[in-house]
Amino acid sequence: MNILESIRISIRALAANKLRSGLTMLGIIIGVAAVVALMSIGAGATRNITSQVQGLGSNLIAITSARSVRASGVGAQTTPLYYSDYQQIANDTTNVSGIAPTYQTTAQVMYGNNQSSFAVTGATPDFLGVNAYTVAEGRFITSYDNQSGARVVVLGSQAATDLFSGLNPLDRQITINGINFTVVGVLASKGTTSFFNQDEVILVPLETGYVRLFGGRAVVNGQRTLSSISLSAANANDVNGVIDQVEYILRRDHNLTLTDSLPFSVASQSQALSTLSSISTTLTAFLGAIAGISLFVGGIGIMNIMLVSVRERTREIGLRKAVGARRSAILTQFIVETVTMSLLGGILGILLGAAIAGIISLTGLITPFISISVILYAFFFAALVGLFFGIYPAYQAASLRPIEALRYE
Amino acid sequence: MIELEQVTKIYRLGQTKVVALDNISLEIQAGEMVAIMGPSGSGKSTLMAILGCLDIPSKGVYRLEGQPVEKLNENQLAQVRSRKVGFVFQQFNLLPRTNALENVMLPLLYDGVRGRSRYEKAKAALELVGLAERTHHRPNQLSGGEQQRVAIARALVNEPTILLADEPTGNLDTKTGEEIIGLFQKLHNEQGQTVIYVTHDAFIARHTQRVIRLVDGKVISDDPVAHPLVAGTPRPEDNLDG
Repeated sequence: MNILESIRISIRALAANKLRSGLTMLGIIIGVAAVVALMSIGAGATRNITSQVQGLGSNLIAITSARSVRASGVGAQTTPLYYSDYQQIANDTTNVSGIAPTYQTTAQVMYGNNQSSFAVTGATPDFLGVNAYTVAEGRFITSYDNQSGARVVVLGSQAATDLFSGLNPLDRQITINGINFTVVGVLASKGTTSFFNQDEVILVPLETGYVRLFGGRAVVNGQRTLSSISLSAANANDVNGVIDQVEYILRRDHNLTLTDSLPFSVASQSQALSTLSSISTTLTAFLGAIAGISLFVGGIGIMNIMLVSVRERTREIGLRKAVGARRSAILTQFIVETVTMSLLGGILGILLGAAIAGIISLTGLITPFISISVILYAFFFAALVGLFFGIYPAYQAASLRPIEALRYE
Repeated sequence: MIELEQVTKIYRLGQTKVVALDNISLEIQAGEMVAIMGPSGSGKSTLMAILGCLDIPSKGVYRLEGQPVEKLNENQLAQVRSRKVGFVFQQFNLLPRTNALENVMLPLLYDGVRGRSRYEKAKAALELVGLAERTHHRPNQLSGGEQQRVAIARALVNEPTILLADEPTGNLDTKTGEEIIGLFQKLHNEQGQTVIYVTHDAFIARHTQRVIRLVDGKVISDDPVAHPLVAGTPRPEDNLDG
């Protein structure tokens, strides 16, 4: 009695009751499809985040204000990031190839009758290089623009399309919160979407922003504040050194001791990348686990049906034993039956899961990534479920005594 | 060849013990054709199950070709059932949705006989029972008599030492039943096959050389048949009951 014979007998037994086998398999199909689809979506999201963060710029370090509790226990408060912090950092750090202070606000932007709400960012010339943008048309903000408070604006590619819908925006006038600005440049598309669209930026000279757009909220304690400061380290090896320098300068200038927690976040791109990807990996595993539960439930369904099947086929088992079947032959037959069912379900489930992932990628929201490891994981997990839930019914069948099995009505 | 020495079989039905066989001793030689008779509950089927190694005695010794059966483990018993015993049931017990040839091949499958030779042996067994033309019919496409012939072919396919039949004619009409008995006689006469069958029917029993009667698990008579009937002999009107 070899394994091929067992498989043949099993397939025949399954085919004898197609509807029942099909419904039982459905549990596995849905479970495996869910595992494959959800894990592919998770993997796709992880890749998306990774490429997006990498697209932010190389060796990037971002400084932002963070809510924190002082060690003295006075209470939570937000410490603003001052323009003077930028000046100190720019003066006192080494191995920095660019430093870009920004202040961001939301404003009504209008071209002709076309009006919508945009995030408007005040920036300096370094913004372009630090954030890895390139200019597609026209020019970027210059030092002169900043010094003179020029009313010029540079648009991200998506923002240009949104406002001008195909017209060439160069040298045209738009209004931001009712103030006229001239479009002097359009940035090249970065191509990455979702979460926040890097092509939807609207950039004005920082100085112009303070004077014309940002208003009183940008000034705290009589000092200009910033939303963030981006630095680009000269080399990848310098990133941690620059972070240390920046933290030292911030502590020094804000009169903080080493025991006080720093009320700013100083994060490198690689830190952000590892944080984000660990979040999304956890999320993917979590989704996989939830889908795994449905696979487990499918396994219980298989076991239930196999127990019924053993009961129903008691006489058949008795007869097989009467003509010389060993215990192991009966055991093998029933285990092969459940494993065949779950593997078949697994294969169909993988196809269904891949189809679901394909449909989701058609919506354009997210591009699922179907990896070989996900497929193998789903396949072997399905086989394992079949084996695990098949053993008990098969053991029951194999343990039947031939004379009692033959008399069973 | 078959030796039973003070064999007792006790079943437990819930709290009560049922003595199905009570201290039976008997011997059956190779090449004999024997009928076992007795009323319902007399232990006929239990005796057949023990002879066929489907069950083992509670007490006493059963030797098949000198080998005490109760000393064998489960796998060895399976091997004895596969090679030494051919069993025919009242309900035929063929696998549904499986054709005659595959039903007959089943014991060979479990005995590890491979492809070509398995097919040849099964085909030969079906020819022997007169079903050469019916190899690819399924049980539900066969008459009762034909189904029982398939079952006999299945019992014979591994060339067993003994052919056991538990009321083989019980589910068949009289004429078909006698044809099946005729087949047993043919196997016995032409091949020297040892045949033991259980029957209710005294007329059917008289087609053998020896009739063993059981009552309440005990042998009450064990007599040779003076003039064994040849299958096809007209049944006397007054002898229908056992």
